[in-house]
Amino acid sequence: MTQLSDVRAPGSLPGAPLLEVEDLSVVFTRRGRRDVRAVDGVTFSVRPGETVGLVGESGSGKSVTSLALMRLLPSRGVHVGGRVTFDGMDLLSLPRDSMRDLRGRDMAMVFQDPMSSLNPVLTVGRQITEVLRRHRGMHGDEARDEAVSLLSRVGIPDPARRFREYPHQLSGGMRQRALIAISLACKPRLLIADEPTTALDVTIQAQILELLRELVVDSGTSLIMITHDLGVIAGLCDSVNVMYSGRIVETASRYELFGQPRHPYTAGLLGSVPRLDASRGQPLRPIPGSPTDTLPWARGCAFQPRCANRIDRCALETPLLQVDSARRDADGTHWLRCFNPVASSTPVSAPGAPPAGLGASEGVPGSGPAVAASSEELPAGGLADVGAGTFDVDLGAAERGAPGSAPGSMAPEARAVEEGEQ
Amino acid sequence: MSERTPDVAPQEPLSAASDAALVEQSGSTGAAGRTTGAGDAPGAEPTSGEVLLEVRDLKVHFPITKGILIDKVVGHVKAVDGVTLDVRRGTTYGLVGESGCGKSTLGRAILRLEEPTSGSVFFGGADVAAMHGTQLRHTRRRMQMIFQDPMASLDPRQTVESIVSEPMRAHGEPASKKAQQARVRELLKLVGLPQSAAGRYPHEFSGGQRQRIGIARAIALNPELIIADEPVSALDVSIQAQVVNLLEELQDRLGLTYMVIAHDLAVIKHISDTIGVMYLGSLVEEATSDELYAQPLHPYTIALMSAVPLPDPVAEESRERILLTGDLPSPANPPSGCRFHTRCPYRQETRCDDEVPALREVLPGRKVACHWAEEILSGEIRPAESSRTVAAT
Repeated sequence: MTQLSDVRAPGSLPGAPLLEVEDLSVVFTRRGRRDVRAVDGVTFSVRPGETVGLVGESGSGKSVTSLALMRLLPSRGVHVGGRVTFDGMDLLSLPRDSMRDLRGRDMAMVFQDPMSSLNPVLTVGRQITEVLRRHRGMHGDEARDEAVSLLSRVGIPDPARRFREYPHQLSGGMRQRALIAISLACKPRLLIADEPTTALDVTIQAQILELLRELVVDSGTSLIMITHDLGVIAGLCDSVNVMYSGRIVETASRYELFGQPRHPYTAGLLGSVPRLDASRGQPLRPIPGSPTDTLPWARGCAFQPRCANRIDRCALETPLLQVDSARRDADGTHWLRCFNPVASSTPVSAPGAPPAGLGASEGVPGSGPAVAASSEELPAGGLADVGAGTFDVDLGAAERGAPGSAPGSMAPEARAVEEGEQ
Repeated sequence: MSERTPDVAPQEPLSAASDAALVEQSGSTGAAGRTTGAGDAPGAEPTSGEVLLEVRDLKVHFPITKGILIDKVVGHVKAVDGVTLDVRRGTTYGLVGESGCGKSTLGRAILRLEEPTSGSVFFGGADVAAMHGTQLRHTRRRMQMIFQDPMASLDPRQTVESIVSEPMRAHGEPASKKAQQARVRELLKLVGLPQSAAGRYPHEFSGGQRQRIGIARAIALNPELIIADEPVSALDVSIQAQVVNLLEELQDRLGLTYMVIAHDLAVIKHISDTIGVMYLGSLVEEATSDELYAQPLHPYTIALMSAVPLPDPVAEESRERILLTGDLPSPANPPSGCRFHTRCPYRQETRCDDEVPALREVLPGRKVACHWAEEILSGEIRPAESSRTVAAT
């Protein structure tokens, strides 16, 4: 399991991260106005073949983070601080020409609205071959054939015809596929997807998510998934960063995060989404206030005005992002920025008990076999192996771990939840 | 057209009850009609309430025209093509479907914001589709709408007081300005906005608060029916829940009947008593909220359900997902036979391609428009292997 080892601490583990973001900050300045600190001290890392999620509501700084990583923010009126290292290169101080070489070839991005990110006056094919010419030196028929095969790879029927068509002739889902085809043209090592399915219908969303999932598994691409949809995160991401008002407030593997949300904001988000598999009649538990009711981080916890767990300290001191001491058994992967977190045994999700095998290895992965599994998987090396082997290894660990780790397995906890909620 | 169609079984003396609701503060009448609420036992069927809204074979076709000087009609977009449904008083009817399936047009046609091509809409026994002039104005007072984008549906140059009191001014009820002001204050309190909001403008509010203003305007005249078109989809996750809870609370207190239109199946499931699933202009399945989730019968509903991501990684990995291929076909040129057959993972050699399935009762209270609903239910017909994926593999 990729998420068993420490996903954050830079340099502490041999599984060298592909992208390391340290203390990234983005400040928008405008003369005569107060500075706006959109991203504030964001730190995370992405390893080869890993899918990392950034979740948050509007204004949490998740999109600005991705634009800063790609150096796509305007140079005037924006101050970007911190360090971003991609494969050993410092992205923020890289010359513009080198950055242009990198962008599109090694790092690519998929945006939310395919209509506004495709050029309406160029054919889809032209927009794909542009990348192939620029980065891979392909020309003429060679580039054409490659572009058609990319279109068919992302599941566009009749790719030769679509190659000649303009973006307005494609449906929304197909445009998003075309955009993904463009971003895949150079087999990037890192793909940033900024709300790639928000504008799409659920059935199309499922198709696109399946495509991204296949991509990560087949080609070992690392993926940063930016979304506000917790369901998308739950199905796709190895580790999840929850952002609020420009800072990360909680980081954990997805099993940890959904099973044991510790930050009141994460718990609040989970409590406020209606669930398809919940029985009817359970009222939603919304977070009061709105995302604009924040306290500046410099003065305390930004979430304090909306927080149900707030204590006096929250308005006086700024909490730091630290390893969650109550979830040490989660292998130090659970990070938290909160003085008074949600009690460790009251997860909000999981109304039904999870399947024992799957839950066991995740709920308390500190047991021997699980750790062995993670170290087994690391030397495998090859990019594709990391992704493809993940699940098999996990299942194996669960089976082997089940007899030994019975007291710590998920089932008793799940029972505690149900009791606790009544 | 204004007569009730003979095939409809005569219900309660509708007019008497609804007239009472008109003059009365609707709290009392509604409470009587309401059978299942958010807090009541789930699974109880909302059958005992009288039918407030009956839609019979409603069609809305938009002409496609061509030509520069003389518009020649070259075809029709069949946005709504023969929808029949009942909404009982005090309950919530959820209409769900992908974009372009005609759910919004159906909602607007019920309020006569869109002129129906044919069919009828009985509201409290009278056919809205055949009404004119004063009668239509009077009926419209009893049915209101909540829109998706609160910023686009609130006039930026009017104060909140002016926005919320506009329906009262339009209908002269209550007549005095003083009474209207008092009512605005009462409404603001009801939707959870501060009294100071009355003098402010829409841009001063956040998205969730704006939606509350829209809701206050919609309930200003004590309507019986509220059609809410995507009421929460433009809002942040944490705010969505606040608005959903407010809608449920208002239903309990005022005895409102809702028709909620949304593409988000989880929201629809949470809020509705009965759910209608639409595909390309017609209903493909109708059932109570719990039954629909427990056992979707139409292939489209099955696929739709399995496409909704669950915020739970364990459940997400263990369930089987049925992926639909392709996009929604054009409603101007819908497929022959069953409209879903081009994307259906259960498609059969016979009947599907050339015979239009009728919406029929397969199980008690379960209406499905599929030739093979029984066989799919019994597991005799399985989805095509290519469309099935288990996320875990």
